[in-house]
Amino acid sequence: MSALADLFTLVMVAGGALLFLAGTLGLLRFPDTLSRLHALSKADNLGLGLIVLGLLPQVGSIAGGLKLVCVWLLAQLSAATASQLIAGALHRRKSGR
Amino acid sequence: MNLLLDLALVAWLVVLALHVARTGDDRNAIVAFIAFGLLLGLAWTRLGAIDVALTEAAIGGGITGLLLLRAEAHLRRGRQADGAPRQGGGAKTIVAALASAVVALGLGLAVLAFPSPAPTLAQPALAAIDATGLGNPVTAVLLAYRALDTLLEKVVVLLALLGVWALTPDNLWGGAPELKEANPPQPLLYLARTLPPFGVLIAVYMVWVGADAPGGTFQAGSILAAMWLLVMLAGLSPAPETRSRLLRLLLVGGPALFFAIGFLGFAVAGGFLAYPKPLAKALIVGIEAALTVAIALALGLLVAGPSNKAPAR
Repeated sequence: MSALADLFTLVMVAGGALLFLAGTLGLLRFPDTLSRLHALSKADNLGLGLIVLGLLPQVGSIAGGLKLVCVWLLAQLSAATASQLIAGALHRRKSGR
Repeated sequence: MNLLLDLALVAWLVVLALHVARTGDDRNAIVAFIAFGLLLGLAWTRLGAIDVALTEAAIGGGITGLLLLRAEAHLRRGRQADGAPRQGGGAKTIVAALASAVVALGLGLAVLAFPSPAPTLAQPALAAIDATGLGNPVTAVLLAYRALDTLLEKVVVLLALLGVWALTPDNLWGGAPELKEANPPQPLLYLARTLPPFGVLIAVYMVWVGADAPGGTFQAGSILAAMWLLVMLAGLSPAPETRSRLLRLLLVGGPALFFAIGFLGFAVAGGFLAYPKPLAKALIVGIEAALTVAIALALGLLVAGPSNKAPAR
């Protein structure tokens, strides 16, 4: 059973890391701000989610697991807000305030 | 594998430090400096110094970055009004580079001159921890063994705030700083309504757990300050008037309580800042709570800056 849990962790964390890599690549290579934001926010939220999901079987206590989930939710909240703020600032700048 | 991670971390830190020093654009340098603070927090985690890592991430990565960004925005506005171009003298750059190189060289020599293994007081600190009733040796050092340093450090934060307030023009003295944007965007309003309950909970937890695990006043204070700033930036609650009696009492309250308990030590425990043993933990947690409020207010007001509205009559 623990081998199965370890395998699950490996697959999920590797998937999360891959998404982070893809997000970073998008940040570096995409041509304009909005598509860079798109790459970063989608890949990072999902990537962090997969890593948290993968780490859950390794957590000793329920409280520890809940803390991990809270970290993911709070990171999502802040990332979503930051993306909206950057996109909004860009929009205002383009439309000449 | 861990060695690889550490090497990558060190390489990032060096590259970011060079970037901060070399880039000509102030805002770019500040953003890189914030990233540098977060990475430095990771480095402290790798060294096992979780308390330092938390403080570095909160202060170095968070509050200082915000402070610098606001200062830069002010300077930029001033420059645009002047119309004067930025001057970067060649001689100044060379002098600064030479001074930095000398400091770096001196630090390097000092580190290399350490005996190996480095001298440590970790064993005596752990041996005496039972007398304080605490479980976290870092808190024991900060609030019992070296309480005087901590006390003076909190006074320094207050002095810094006085320095910022001293920039207030005479006719605005005692008024409130204005932080709110003209038209706060909806997502910011949403965040300012959603996040503070979590932030306050985490800050309270950090003060409480600081007695026995990583955490403590500065980390909790900066989280509280961040939540307060978020609320002020979104315009949900205006910044307080700096002449408010309650505000000033709370600011001074933390260090004042620390001083009072310190002097009480003469009477009941035989020395300045000595705690009577059965009460040590209760006193330390009390001091920490008052200090946290004072630090949160001081950090928030430091970022908010001098008042720019006349006090209401």
